[in-house]
Amino acid sequence: MNANEIQEKIKTRFPEGVVEFKPDAVAEPYIVVRPELIREIAEFISADPEMKFDYLMSLSGVDFNDGNLGVVYHLYSMEKRHRIVIKAKVPKDNPELPSVEPVWKTANWHEREAFDLFGINFKDHPDMRRILLPDDWEGYPLRKDYKVQEYYRGMKVPY
Amino acid sequence: MAELRTEEMVLNMGPQHPSTHGVLRVELVVDGEVVVDAIPHIGYLHRCFEKHAEAMNYQQIVPYCDRMDYLASMNNDHAYVLAVEKLLNIQVPERVEYIRVIMAELQRIASHLVAIGTYGLDIGAFTPFLYCFRDREMILDLFETTCGARLLYNYMWPGGLSHDLPPGFIEKTRAFIKHFRPTIKELNDLLSYNEIFVKRTANVGVLPADIAINYGASGPTLRGSGVKWDLRKDEPYSVYHKFDWEVMVGKGDVGTVGDCWDRYMVRVWEMEQSLRIIEQALDTIPEGDVQSAIPKRVRPPAGEVYMRSETPRGELGYYIISDGGQKPFRVKARAPSFVNLSLLPEISRGYLIADMIAIIGSVDIVLGDTDR
Repeated sequence: MNANEIQEKIKTRFPEGVVEFKPDAVAEPYIVVRPELIREIAEFISADPEMKFDYLMSLSGVDFNDGNLGVVYHLYSMEKRHRIVIKAKVPKDNPELPSVEPVWKTANWHEREAFDLFGINFKDHPDMRRILLPDDWEGYPLRKDYKVQEYYRGMKVPY
Repeated sequence: MAELRTEEMVLNMGPQHPSTHGVLRVELVVDGEVVVDAIPHIGYLHRCFEKHAEAMNYQQIVPYCDRMDYLASMNNDHAYVLAVEKLLNIQVPERVEYIRVIMAELQRIASHLVAIGTYGLDIGAFTPFLYCFRDREMILDLFETTCGARLLYNYMWPGGLSHDLPPGFIEKTRAFIKHFRPTIKELNDLLSYNEIFVKRTANVGVLPADIAINYGASGPTLRGSGVKWDLRKDEPYSVYHKFDWEVMVGKGDVGTVGDCWDRYMVRVWEMEQSLRIIEQALDTIPEGDVQSAIPKRVRPPAGEVYMRSETPRGELGYYIISDGGQKPFRVKARAPSFVNLSLLPEISRGYLIADMIAIIGSVDIVLGDTDR
């Protein structure tokens, strides 16, 4: 299936779900969906016999620098051999959206990384802790407005 | 007799433990000798690759890619330059792609040799480690004659290469292949089918195919579970479609499909396949200028790309967003070790503490890759 058909299918099932569809984006088309529906959409596209997106290649946090943070899901189907990019945007002052960990277990660590570096909170995630940085680190370094803390446990940062 | 009260115990393995292959800490919850849960803690080697990448232009990022998976620098660079070239929408001369493939496959052999050698070492076989490092040394020598560096090359640039092949490279590589092919058989006799080694690794850490896919596993970890999946074949990039070779998968020869031995053996088989690719590439390599397509200024149009490629450890993906400037807006590296390590709890539960050594080694993680 191509991106157009996948977008149509999601739209038919979730009429309010698709916010934006960019079929002519540079390098790859993508679909922007409503963040609160991401779990249902994930369940739908992973189970649908025509789509079968069983492989979450990558899950990335992004700071779009327009007041929104986002999560980008790169999906692939091992069986159908097609791929799609799905994005969800959440406001920076309340970055929260459902976790897709129950659908793709690999999202567990990816979502922890997005939480660690962007401060995006994934609801119903079984283990929402920092993964790369120390637990008591302040702030989310990959946000565009990040200011590094002056001291970390008495050590000057940057040293 | 009344039953004795028993309690689970928490045991820290690492971060300074020789068999965690780097600074990995695994929090083991054990019931006697049986592992109830294994919780990996990572981040000890976090070097802020993604943060650095936002502060540099596209060419300057290549040396940082070298340092992610420091056992497979060539493969890391290959994935990155392919992503940038896709974003720039430029074609590179065919000779460049041939050389890149030769380097990537040599690097794959070198990386697998470390994985195999240290895996034997973990389990108590010291000798194969020395043989593996002897042969790896020859590959590093080849790299050294090509670009002057032995580990971190900065060899592949967006649009081309830093150097053309030096005189005598092709002959030296052929001599290496001639030397190396029989040593794979030697390795099999010495280690792969060694009874003690098989007893330690067969039926241990079994990873079923559906769980592997759900966890996003890739590379030998996925192929060990019998899934015929290799990006060089299934999503061909560079010039891999021109060569004749096979994707090797675990078949459960000495135990269950997807056990530690299968994951190990896939690597041994893959070395032979890499030799086949290198031989064909050496035979058919075209002439050309390797620097003719290097752009003076790398300034991709606004857009984004997710480019993935097969490194020795699995799928390495770069997600690059460009805003049209000289520096990338966002670079995310989807590291294979990071994803493969996340399924460690799944394959450790119910096995013995001693098996943990075999299980961690069989996933073949590089902590520089995990933490980036």
